[in-house]
Amino acid sequence: MIRRARMSARRLAAGAAVLLLSATAAAIAQGSDIAVRGGTIHTLTGPPIRDGVVLVRDGKIAAVGPAASVPIPDGIEVLEAVVVTPGLIDAHSTLGLSGIYNSNVGQVRDQDQLETSAPIQPELRAIDAYDAREKLIEYARGFGVTTIHTGHGPGALISGQTMIAKTRGDSTEEAVVVPFKMLAFTLGNGLSREFKSPGTSAKGVAMLREALLEARQYLEKRETRTAATQDDGEGDGEGEGDEKGGGEAARNLRHEALAALLQGEVTALVTAHSAPEIEAALRLQEEFDFPMVIDGAAEAPLLLEEIAAAGVAVLPHPPMARLRQGSFETAAKLRDAGIPFALQSGFEGYVPKTRVLLFEAAIAAANGLGFDDALASITREPAQLLGIADRVGTLEVGKDGDLALFDGDPFEYTSHVCAVVIEGEVVSRECR
Amino acid sequence: MPRALCPIPRAWRVAGTVPLLVLLASSLAAQAPVRAFRGAQLHPIAGPPIEQGVLVVEGGRILAVGGSSTTIPRGAEVIDVGGKVILPGLVDTHSHLGSVSGGDRSAPLHPGVRALDSIDVRSDSFWRARAGGITTINVMPGSGLLMSGQTVYIKLRRDPRTIDDWLFCDDPIGGICGAMKMANGTNPLDPPPQSGSRAKSAALVRALYVKAQEYQHKVDEAAADSAKKAPPRDLELEALLQVLRGERIVQHHTHRHNDIATVLRLQQEFGFRVVIQHGSEAWKVADQLAAAKVPVSITFIDAPGGKEEVLGWRLDAPAILERAGVDVGFNTDDWITDSRLLLRAPALAVRYGMSREKALEGVTLAAARMLGLEERVGSLEPGKDADFVVLSGDPLSVYTQVEETWVEGERVFDRDDPEHRRFAVGGYRVYRDLATHHDVLESEAHQ
Repeated sequence: MIRRARMSARRLAAGAAVLLLSATAAAIAQGSDIAVRGGTIHTLTGPPIRDGVVLVRDGKIAAVGPAASVPIPDGIEVLEAVVVTPGLIDAHSTLGLSGIYNSNVGQVRDQDQLETSAPIQPELRAIDAYDAREKLIEYARGFGVTTIHTGHGPGALISGQTMIAKTRGDSTEEAVVVPFKMLAFTLGNGLSREFKSPGTSAKGVAMLREALLEARQYLEKRETRTAATQDDGEGDGEGEGDEKGGGEAARNLRHEALAALLQGEVTALVTAHSAPEIEAALRLQEEFDFPMVIDGAAEAPLLLEEIAAAGVAVLPHPPMARLRQGSFETAAKLRDAGIPFALQSGFEGYVPKTRVLLFEAAIAAANGLGFDDALASITREPAQLLGIADRVGTLEVGKDGDLALFDGDPFEYTSHVCAVVIEGEVVSRECR
Repeated sequence: MPRALCPIPRAWRVAGTVPLLVLLASSLAAQAPVRAFRGAQLHPIAGPPIEQGVLVVEGGRILAVGGSSTTIPRGAEVIDVGGKVILPGLVDTHSHLGSVSGGDRSAPLHPGVRALDSIDVRSDSFWRARAGGITTINVMPGSGLLMSGQTVYIKLRRDPRTIDDWLFCDDPIGGICGAMKMANGTNPLDPPPQSGSRAKSAALVRALYVKAQEYQHKVDEAAADSAKKAPPRDLELEALLQVLRGERIVQHHTHRHNDIATVLRLQQEFGFRVVIQHGSEAWKVADQLAAAKVPVSITFIDAPGGKEEVLGWRLDAPAILERAGVDVGFNTDDWITDSRLLLRAPALAVRYGMSREKALEGVTLAAARMLGLEERVGSLEPGKDADFVVLSGDPLSVYTQVEETWVEGERVFDRDDPEHRRFAVGGYRVYRDLATHHDVLESEAHQ
């Protein structure tokens, strides 16, 4: 294929950028070439570029700047748009686990975001449930979303793990960017009534503390053993006195997942809406000192100082979510308090089965957040919060060629997303 | 507010011809305040938009609508609304505000149950509607029953004391104060005594309407022949006779194309007036709906899914229906969508190909027609109720805010008032009665 030959030539030139590709991403798409010319290009690194060009080669941004300074090579496909933004990043959803049918009865079971056999199951991996071909993923992509942080949902004290994926690919392996990113916690009223225990919010916190304590002990034991193995020889006393004797500790998947949290390798995504729930989340985080983001946080505006002091980020509820305490202005208030945040589509238990990130950001934009911060909250900010800013979130040379193309103000009701590009590949060409 | 202070006494609000109303209104001119709203872009809906328009309101009625040369009566209070946009008060044909309830699980059909017996007029949720520019609402019981009861049409007048202050009808006890809520498809399916299948649903409904026809027959016979005894009063059948006579409209929850076809079949058999509510797949049977002259009130959902029967929803459904000649309206189905954002629906419909004119009509005059209230509300025309919304800009822009909502000449929402504003943006448990609405939602979700 001509195309492929051209790409391999480019790969040499792309050099370091190629190295940034994860092995799995590299396996699916060798990365494509495309040029996008936009009336306004929002790079999210500085002021918008008027009449600019984004050049993507081998799936990575090779150049971005005014049209006059970015020559478009011959033979490359050129898309045009009124407005160009980075591909949108959904800071939190359950897409790929919670399917369009919303059914867990009979033959149709597409609700894998919540397992109710036990309230604490951090060992449940998102990658083992993610359906890359779920219709709602394609739907979200049509509205500009190119990266999602998704996985186990709210409803259990710890419902399981989350992952980061690109909204393309036919399998988890093709889509995944980060296989284990966060552990999904839920405090208080958000817990499913399926569980016999906890029956109260205080009991829930107690159960979490127990689980975290056990994991800490497991971790300490593991570290001691590792140290002992390294020292070797000297069977000098102590001996841990347990049944396994020295050597390898028996693996425990639950403890391992929580140990990853305690070691700061993954983050706690704690769904907490009311002020007492948010307080409890902050208390847990202080006690066990793990990385945390607060999800939902309808009453965060009542605790802005505390949240800011704790240095945690917030993924506020979608503005249009049906929440008692929810406000169109939650995001604007977080911004005003200097708290890092990113918008999300979240989890929906009924109709509509998913929210449209762009539409939610539009409501936030019109209710105090403003255009620039609203756009940042679905591009640059989630990239930073999710630790993937080296790849996505802004339009800079070397980053993934993920783009959303619009025929007007992205947030206007009557504008359309007219093309979506992931790593140089046009994945949607229909104006929506 | 005390009845005596109502701008237009209820007896006048109700029946009567327009000339009579104008006559009455003008005889009141001495007391009724006259206000002229000058300089806004007016959307009368009954005609094209008017730049630099003048809207003259006398008491609770519209006196005049026109361009900048429109005569402003001497002594009128002139309000400068330059740069603003004025729409008729929005009409929501389907909402579940105010802790409304309907029939219970004891039976599948409850034609005698009245929503007006359940509504809490002090519910904070109605502030959400005012904040969205909504002035008229068809408040309905849920869709978990084949016939959950009589809905109620309300006008969000200021400071209500009882539901009576909000009704369109004259007589809350004997009058026709709303529609009849029906549902088919999967929501009403449940173990007995509920229906267990689509065909059974239709059979239960038919049996009840046949019974009503027989009741009517006996009533007619007794009227024609004094020797024959009138049947004993039956509250359920009386309500159904109103339906059969076309006096009480059926508001029919239905999603799938074949369920919509079933509604049309029943409508043909019994001759009632019906509005398709939701109609997720109405676009598939658009021509049949147009031929039957049956309108569709759409709940604009941002994404398909959530239950099997709404998978066929598509964003350009309103445009397809418009092209087929179907009268299209929009509703919030609050709490499914938010009353504050009713204008999103026509805006997104325009995004997906509907005309601006028809889209705006869908939350005003077309919606009023669907409730049989088009003589009173839905457009800015002399003689109609002075219900209108002052917007900061283009009605179809996300950046536009509802600044003021007026009902019958009185301002019922002012975004500049901090107490009102908090309802416009939400937060901090401003909607104290959410739990009740959540129950409605849950009961729908669990069908």
